[in-house]
Amino acid sequence: MSILDLIIFLPLLGVAAIAFGAPARTTAKAVTGVNLLLGLAAWYLFDGSKDGFQLTASRPLIPVPEIAYAVGIDGLSLIMLLLSVIVAFCAMWMAPAVERHEKMYFISLLLIAAGAIGAFCSTDIFFFYAFHELALIPTFLMIGIWGKGEDRSAVAWKITIYLAVGSIILLAGLIALQAQLSNGGLTFDFEAWQQRAANDGIASAAQGWIFLTLLIGFGILVSLFPFHAWAAPAYASAPSPTSMLHAGVLKKFGLYGLLRFTPMLPEGLETWRNLLIVLLLGNILFMGFVTIAQRNLDSMLGCSSVMHMGYIFLGLASWNIVAGGDPIGYTGAVLLMFGHGISIALLFGLCGRLRERVSTLEMDRLGGLGKQVPVFSFLFGLAAFASAGLPGFANFSGEVMVFFGGFQGYEGGSLSRLQWATVLALWGVVISAVYMLRAYRNIFLGEQPDGLKVPSELAIDQRLPCALLVVALLVIGFYPKLFSDLLPL
Amino acid sequence: MPWLLLILPLVAALVTALITRKNGTLSAFISLGSVGATLAISLLMVLRKDDASPAFTWIAAGDFTLEIGLTLDALSRGMMVIVTVIGTLVHVFSLGYMEKDESKGRYFACLSLFMFSMTGIVLANNFAMMFIFWELVGVSSYLLIGHWFTKNDPVEAAKKAFLTNRIGDFGFMIGILMLWGMTGSIVFSEMEGGAAEAAAGHGKMFGIAVLCLFCGAVGKSAQMPLHVWLPDAMEGPTPVSALIHAATMVAAGVYMLARVSFLLSLTDAAQVIAWVGAITALFAAVVATQQNDIKKILAYSTLSQLGYMVMAAGLGDTNVAMFHLYTHAAFKALLFLGAGAIIYACHHEQDIWQMGGLAKKMPVTFLTFAIGTAALVAVPFTSGFFSKEMILLTAYEGNKTLFVIAAIVAFLTPFYMMRLFTVVFFGEGRSHHAKDAKEVESVMKLPLLVLAALSVIAGYGFVAGLVFGDLVPHEQVPSIVLVTSLGTLAAGALLGFILYKGKTQEVTPIGFIREKFFLDELYIVLVRLFQDAVGLLAKMLDTHVVDNIASKGTASTVAGLGSLFRRIQVGNLQAYAFLFGVGVILVVYLLVFA
Repeated sequence: MSILDLIIFLPLLGVAAIAFGAPARTTAKAVTGVNLLLGLAAWYLFDGSKDGFQLTASRPLIPVPEIAYAVGIDGLSLIMLLLSVIVAFCAMWMAPAVERHEKMYFISLLLIAAGAIGAFCSTDIFFFYAFHELALIPTFLMIGIWGKGEDRSAVAWKITIYLAVGSIILLAGLIALQAQLSNGGLTFDFEAWQQRAANDGIASAAQGWIFLTLLIGFGILVSLFPFHAWAAPAYASAPSPTSMLHAGVLKKFGLYGLLRFTPMLPEGLETWRNLLIVLLLGNILFMGFVTIAQRNLDSMLGCSSVMHMGYIFLGLASWNIVAGGDPIGYTGAVLLMFGHGISIALLFGLCGRLRERVSTLEMDRLGGLGKQVPVFSFLFGLAAFASAGLPGFANFSGEVMVFFGGFQGYEGGSLSRLQWATVLALWGVVISAVYMLRAYRNIFLGEQPDGLKVPSELAIDQRLPCALLVVALLVIGFYPKLFSDLLPL
Repeated sequence: MPWLLLILPLVAALVTALITRKNGTLSAFISLGSVGATLAISLLMVLRKDDASPAFTWIAAGDFTLEIGLTLDALSRGMMVIVTVIGTLVHVFSLGYMEKDESKGRYFACLSLFMFSMTGIVLANNFAMMFIFWELVGVSSYLLIGHWFTKNDPVEAAKKAFLTNRIGDFGFMIGILMLWGMTGSIVFSEMEGGAAEAAAGHGKMFGIAVLCLFCGAVGKSAQMPLHVWLPDAMEGPTPVSALIHAATMVAAGVYMLARVSFLLSLTDAAQVIAWVGAITALFAAVVATQQNDIKKILAYSTLSQLGYMVMAAGLGDTNVAMFHLYTHAAFKALLFLGAGAIIYACHHEQDIWQMGGLAKKMPVTFLTFAIGTAALVAVPFTSGFFSKEMILLTAYEGNKTLFVIAAIVAFLTPFYMMRLFTVVFFGEGRSHHAKDAKEVESVMKLPLLVLAALSVIAGYGFVAGLVFGDLVPHEQVPSIVLVTSLGTLAAGALLGFILYKGKTQEVTPIGFIREKFFLDELYIVLVRLFQDAVGLLAKMLDTHVVDNIASKGTASTVAGLGSLFRRIQVGNLQAYAFLFGVGVILVVYLLVFA
């Protein structure tokens, strides 16, 4: 029995409790609250100086192929676990009033949380995959049932098809990888895969196409350009806690997977690095400009989330496993996953609250709200600046490491493709500032347009989760070593 | 102890922002207490010549680390004194100027945040830390320019300032990364060791890297072509303009160049820096002659003087640049606070043509403003005289064309200042605000008097040496430089006085210059073209092309799956989702067990 078991199954217990009549919202809040404390306890129990998985527990289920319910965390999964429990807690607290099927609503949210946590804590690849699927299904449901807008079922279909395809491609990649590592019997134990890849190696050509399959499969889940079309409409349409959980946490599953499996396919990354660079620039620059052109707050946030994935991919692209060297870009990518997850959750949470209070989210028709709702405005400002990569927030510490990672190995002379990509990605930082400051200015600052319904201030109990998110951003922003020390050398 | 310089203002900012914000007066005194304490510490460090360099790791990846580390040397100690002296005086002045402001607590919280950020730039021992605080001064500047956020102009100006600086920082970061690659470090003291080899090995790329670095200074110190934000930044409260947009933050670019002076001496690219400075100095001085807003005139004057400093730095003499930065901080802060007093007395009237006759109404302001003006136009025996002479000398020795430009600027400066001075203080009051103007209260007079004293004595060796030690330049000035300096002063001042004495409106209106050569308008067009238009185009492509292709591709990938579902006519999403989950598990089982 590991503390991780508790963290995974507590939300599922909550689901059962709600199903048997416990008050939905209260149960969800309580369960995720306890989960948050347990997550912090896991951090406390975790020994950062050790390599490999810790706090492990394993129960074999099937001997051949070897499938076990096995949990354990290393630094990477610990950071993702912390992200999950923080955002899950805040999503439950910030959930707006639910008019119909309240039980189902919170059951779905708890399932998403449990699935994400389970995926990040599993050391068995079967469960790693299955937990993610567990979280995806309620995501689709929530958009279809509680989503906004006339076209919500079309949007729900779109995200379903995209992510289903992504999952299938990714599954194919994993199966192919297993086929390459089958020496010694079929197993789903991650460490066994790692071991075999290190000992036997995988043929270069196989590495290439397996990596590509995984990149596309996982990439679709993370809205890698050009497979991103599902993201912005889905986030704009989804209920805000769903957007918080998906954009903040669940989407990171794809990146987490890539960071997990790429070390088994170092030459695969080499082969496809140039392609990856092109695609990630699509995220950063192309989507950056698309974001600038957005007029609605929610679709702007959705696009910005797609754009920011590009930086994490840049961290991945700069990872030089073959040559060794310090994992600068990798560290940056992980920090950025955390920072982006927290800040986008805060933005979507606030956006959801704002939507309840004003008739439109069209930014040109808003303005001057800062006077009436100073706390709201203050929090949104913090999140916007965090998202635009201001130092002091976790996002910046990740971005700056990604940029240094991009220039790793440069010794003068002309720039390599990766370094050019880094330069262009730096321009993306300007773009982020443009749309974030523009949104902030158009909604909260300046003169208030006539006839605008003035929203009410954020309630006290809503400030708690926001404050928690801000503190998480600031702690890691001010002292990122807390996290960078957890990551392997 | 040096850590206290960072900790005190940060704590003050947090306490005032989070706890005492609603109590403006208490916040003001917390903020003032912190800046006063840092002033004491800075002075102590200068006297003791502290040179400790504590550091801790901020982030690490294997052997690669980014540090938060302090560097204490003559340069940073001296700059700390400038920042804390001006900071303290501006805090005191703000007690009066912002007394009735309803968001006083927020104002002082932002001032403390600024002091924290500025201190970080000054004390940083490496580029990563400098960049962090570089961005943070940007955000405190954003917050303070936009202090009156319910009005449109200040918030637009704030946004413009932040974004323009971001463009500069884009280059800055590229420069940092390139130099990191070439010298193997971003810690200043370690870069110095690798710089010569890097410059020898990668001459051209090294120059490009230094110019990229310089982009940061172009943004922060508002050099052309990124100068447009500074005049607009005058929308902020006037004490802020004095502290941030005249004396300290905008000088950070020059400070940064001084910090890496060892790089500038290694490359011809420094010529570009000198030229950018000179052109900015000339351009801004020309524009200043046609402005009507008292703060705008001073803002263009600041641009022009910053151009001087950048030019000197580019010509390889960063000590001269720093010396002028130091005297300029005193007299320009004085002029801005004086302008603040005038604006306060005239009920927020800023048009000089609506003023007039203030000499009699506001004697202390008049006198101190006169001293500030004298120092700016380099009247002998004021601080500005010594530093401007050094600037002219550097130009004279470095590049004769630049010397001519510098001399023209030296002529324009007394011209536009005499115009301002004559129109504001002499003649009759031209509006009822000017007629009713009264001298400001003591809390605002005190900083004016202290700064006036500093504007006179700062240039003398015994004061400057105290602050900057042996970094203070002293050289024999050839007579041609001296003659140029005095001649341009006399000519400019006289012309300005004769032309504008007793006038009630502009005598030589030149729209082209008053409209700043229409550069702002040009930029707006460029932004529309390269940002908004590209944005719309991208959005269109995204909706109509990328989405279609990717969606179709995706759809055809699942054609089999899709048709299967269509065949079993699953109409609703829940059922599909359920089937999908089951299906996935089935697929895994089949593939694995088969």
